[in-house]
Amino acid sequence: MTQASFDARAARTRCQRYRRRILDISQRVSALHIGGAFSCTEIVDAIYNALMRKPGLSSPDTFLMSKGHGCMIQYVVLEELGVLSRADLDAYCTPHGRLGVHPDYGNPGIEASTGSLGHGLSMVVGMALAERGKRRDGMIYTVLSDGETQEGSTWEAVLMASSLKLTNIVAFIDNNDFQSLGRTSETHPSLYPLTAKFDAFGWETAEIDGHDSAAIFRAVSLRKGDRPLMVVARTTKGKGVSYMENAPIWHYRAPNKDEYAQAIRELETQA
Amino acid sequence: MRNTFSETLYAEATANPDVYIVVADISPAGSMGKFSSEYPERFVNVGVAEQSMIGIAAGLALKGCQPFAYTIATFSLYRPFEMIRDDLCYQNLPVTVVGMGAGVIYSTLGGTHHTQEDIAIASALPNMQVLAPCDPLECIEATRWCAQQKNGPVYLRIGKAGEPVLTANAEPWQFGKLRYLRRGSDVCILTYGVITAMAVEIADKLAAQGRSVSLVSAHTLKPLDRDGVTASLQQHRHVVVIEEHAPQGGLASQVKQIAWDVRATCRLDTFTLQDAFIHNYGSTSDLLAAHGLSPERILAKIG
Repeated sequence: MTQASFDARAARTRCQRYRRRILDISQRVSALHIGGAFSCTEIVDAIYNALMRKPGLSSPDTFLMSKGHGCMIQYVVLEELGVLSRADLDAYCTPHGRLGVHPDYGNPGIEASTGSLGHGLSMVVGMALAERGKRRDGMIYTVLSDGETQEGSTWEAVLMASSLKLTNIVAFIDNNDFQSLGRTSETHPSLYPLTAKFDAFGWETAEIDGHDSAAIFRAVSLRKGDRPLMVVARTTKGKGVSYMENAPIWHYRAPNKDEYAQAIRELETQA
Repeated sequence: MRNTFSETLYAEATANPDVYIVVADISPAGSMGKFSSEYPERFVNVGVAEQSMIGIAAGLALKGCQPFAYTIATFSLYRPFEMIRDDLCYQNLPVTVVGMGAGVIYSTLGGTHHTQEDIAIASALPNMQVLAPCDPLECIEATRWCAQQKNGPVYLRIGKAGEPVLTANAEPWQFGKLRYLRRGSDVCILTYGVITAMAVEIADKLAAQGRSVSLVSAHTLKPLDRDGVTASLQQHRHVVVIEEHAPQGGLASQVKQIAWDVRATCRLDTFTLQDAFIHNYGSTSDLLAAHGLSPERILAKIG
């Protein structure tokens, strides 16, 4: 179902390029949620470039960004795939643009409107059910934030996905351990260890380093496939730029000129 | 009405493999047995989990299906309200949210089960269409329309059980149009939903007094037939609105707005539920009467 192999070096180069593009956009308008986009960069890259078949508008597979605030990374990947245009991204959050801070259904490559948390996984369940009902083999991929696991609606969907035996769902938790007010593990210590919760609710699970592209690919390609899969990915909010890492302010801020220059320098050394 | 709904949906599901129903722990009395046994893959019971009921219906629609989400009205509309707004209305998906037993039909179950504000709430949502059939025959028409339309989300308000047939000889049902169940020239009663049976009783009594009475089912609350309402205001000396809904945002307040806009000169009386939670536990008629909705009181006021 997925590609047979995965070029980790190429993934690293792509992810560096995506992060740079997001920083570039942040210099024209105040791009929100850079930290949350950087934490799931490798995950979204792997979904589009390694896991989905024919990534783009003709893919039989679907990607739904449940953590809608992370959509900057989705936009830049869709731009490279030719689904969104450079003009689309250049007009991000401008009066003439069609791309906003949260993804909107109806735009090319955007499968659902998200932004309010805790909606995505139920829609994923419905999509997976429709694929099965229509006798199609489309996989439904999604990325949730760890903050979303505080929404009761997420757990309603968790129960339904395994009860309905929806083996065509692959979900990731971007477990960067941050929400607006602080660490998610401090808001709800009882939610951790997180992976065991999905295990207990009948999902196949894997726990990985969410910045290790090869591990992401491996977790999905080695799955048994008899249950929906939840990959709990340990990530770093703001990954790739030292002063953004684990600093909640980058949920909201865009870098100034000096900060931008430093971020670009740091990314270049990682290439 | 719920049995009629179930049978009609079953027929639509037989004709169209994209018709799904997502229910939230609706009891067997909801008569979904035939659907669930014959089309188990298209019958989804989420259990006591209305938020996912709507989200799953949205996901099905995003993949080209024609889903219905079905449970008791308070739980189908109020509990998952944000999912209805964001997943269904914002994305403009052809999902029908069925509110069963709306109004004060669940009279002995208390205020948690009374659906007094649903028309206002559903109508306030962009893209949402709102239907409320008055009898089992209108329920068939409305359900069929919902199963075949691709315009966007619908809130379908239906009754429960035992509603009499009122429209056997009425003009054809048409989405978005007032439907005259009888035509007169003096008094026009505008109503919709289960309480139409009470309106029939009132119309009969007025006719017995020698009045020429129109009786109108305003089954489509959104988009409301503004031209039709305008005509009713202009063609009758007295217009009476009767509805099982709060005074804000339902048919009564909309008719008043239209009357102002078109400088209507007829007399206009409106009878609605009160803006109150009423802690009575009698029959539906008892509850309605406690809200001020009884044939006697209405006749006394409009007489």
